[in-house]
Amino acid sequence: MRKVYLDHAATTPVHPKVLEAMLPYFSGKFGNPSNLHDVGREAKNAIEEARVKTAALIGAKSEEIYFTSSGAESNNFALKGLAQANSQKGKHIIVSQIEHFSVLHPAKTLEKSGFTVTYLETDKTGMVDPADVQKAITGDTSLVSIMHANNEIGTIQPIEEIGKITKEKGVLFHTDAVASVGWVPMDVRTLGVDAMSFSGHQFYGPKGAAALFVRKGVRIKPQIEGGIQEEGRRAGTENVPAIVGLGKAAELAAAEIPHRMKYVSSLRDRLQKGLVEKIDHIVINGHPTKRLPNNLNVSMWYVEGESMLLFLNMEGVSVSSGSACTSRSLKASHVLVCIGTDAAVANGTLLMTLGMGNTAEDIDYVIEKLPPIVQRLREMSPLYEDMIKKEKVG
Amino acid sequence: MEQYSSKVMEHFAHPHNVGEIENADGVGTVGNPVCGDVMRLYIKVEKDVITEAKFKTFGCGAAIATSSMVTDLVKGKTIGEALKLSNAAVAEALGGLPKVKMHCSVLAEEALKSALDDYYKKKGLPSPVMMPADSGHEHEME
Repeated sequence: MRKVYLDHAATTPVHPKVLEAMLPYFSGKFGNPSNLHDVGREAKNAIEEARVKTAALIGAKSEEIYFTSSGAESNNFALKGLAQANSQKGKHIIVSQIEHFSVLHPAKTLEKSGFTVTYLETDKTGMVDPADVQKAITGDTSLVSIMHANNEIGTIQPIEEIGKITKEKGVLFHTDAVASVGWVPMDVRTLGVDAMSFSGHQFYGPKGAAALFVRKGVRIKPQIEGGIQEEGRRAGTENVPAIVGLGKAAELAAAEIPHRMKYVSSLRDRLQKGLVEKIDHIVINGHPTKRLPNNLNVSMWYVEGESMLLFLNMEGVSVSSGSACTSRSLKASHVLVCIGTDAAVANGTLLMTLGMGNTAEDIDYVIEKLPPIVQRLREMSPLYEDMIKKEKVG
Repeated sequence: MEQYSSKVMEHFAHPHNVGEIENADGVGTVGNPVCGDVMRLYIKVEKDVITEAKFKTFGCGAAIATSSMVTDLVKGKTIGEALKLSNAAVAEALGGLPKVKMHCSVLAEEALKSALDDYYKKKGLPSPVMMPADSGHEHEME
């Protein structure tokens, strides 16, 4: 059976060249970078080389990169670390309602410790209006955090415009770019951000290594204390092989981004067109053009997402669903709710994220397999039955 | 999330008793599309025995599997026996359900009770049906 992996937003496979770069650092070059002896120096040199490559991918200086364990850790570090270190400036934070939970939950935690938080709405495409950011900034605002691109619907935010506003107002600006880095060109100076989160396993690096860019001169409070690593801002012995892998993945991405964008967006467009042609009552979520090149988020009426996911899995196709049923909270995706998707159809959502390993044949296979699954589930659905009866009466 | 049992996957992939019954003696629809599942259960009753049961369900794997199982279990039962069928019995017959999916078995019980309630109403008889108090949809587990 054909295997088609369309869940690259969940994670990507480690690139063979990345794995090759990592392997010496498990056993042969196993040193602790904090040690002064040669074994330690060898590991230290490896992570510093990785830092240079990681910084280059986003147009930063190497000393502005702090390695962390995950995108979630980077986001927690940024929100809490920047808010706490700059609280003398103010205790008001602005985020969007469609941020990842690793931004929203730290924001809630900060609220409990005396900060106030404004949660900005988006339009129906998931876009934040920079004018709303401008209006929300008060004399007490110290931090704005708006994601670069949304991990579910792929909408790319007007970060550069927001960056101009925050700069003019003298407010710090963090962006969660976990979904974007490695897939679209990124330059922290052009974007005008003070901090940016990203994660290696989103672009062919290993799990366990991520980074937070913090502009030189910006104060941030450590969240993991008790060690000299990362200039004392993030204690803990470094995950050397994973950091080396992140560096290699960054180097590969820097060279390949234009090709990646062109390749995955053409496959994504083929998939979107095929599904829209073959399935009725289907909705494409997110911005029609300002969207991650590998993202397709579709909602289908009268069917439920998890059921589609399970049937696709039986055909060898891996996707994600945005349905209430797969989240522990039994609530539809907060992103889809925010952009105004009807809660009933939000439960019939599939998130398909493409990667460099996908082929046109894979896409055609999915276009062939999904429509009969939808049809079969609709024939089983009382909501579809009601709709058909209503249409007949009407 | 916990994995589904092989019995759940079997009933999900090849559900029994899918469809409608024309001129059913009892029909019950429960659930809400916003919560992610809606079940509609049809029964045919002859001389106090459920001779036929069919369903239509909008929902996740567990919702479809519990619908399939409850219709299997109820066939051949008397009304009195059917009234006693619990969600736990449905879940057990499926080899258990992941904790977060137990509400699907509650929904299956509710669908059956709702169909039985409809049966009594159609007959013009007072209904002894007690709907389960907890539909499982009030939980906020986040």
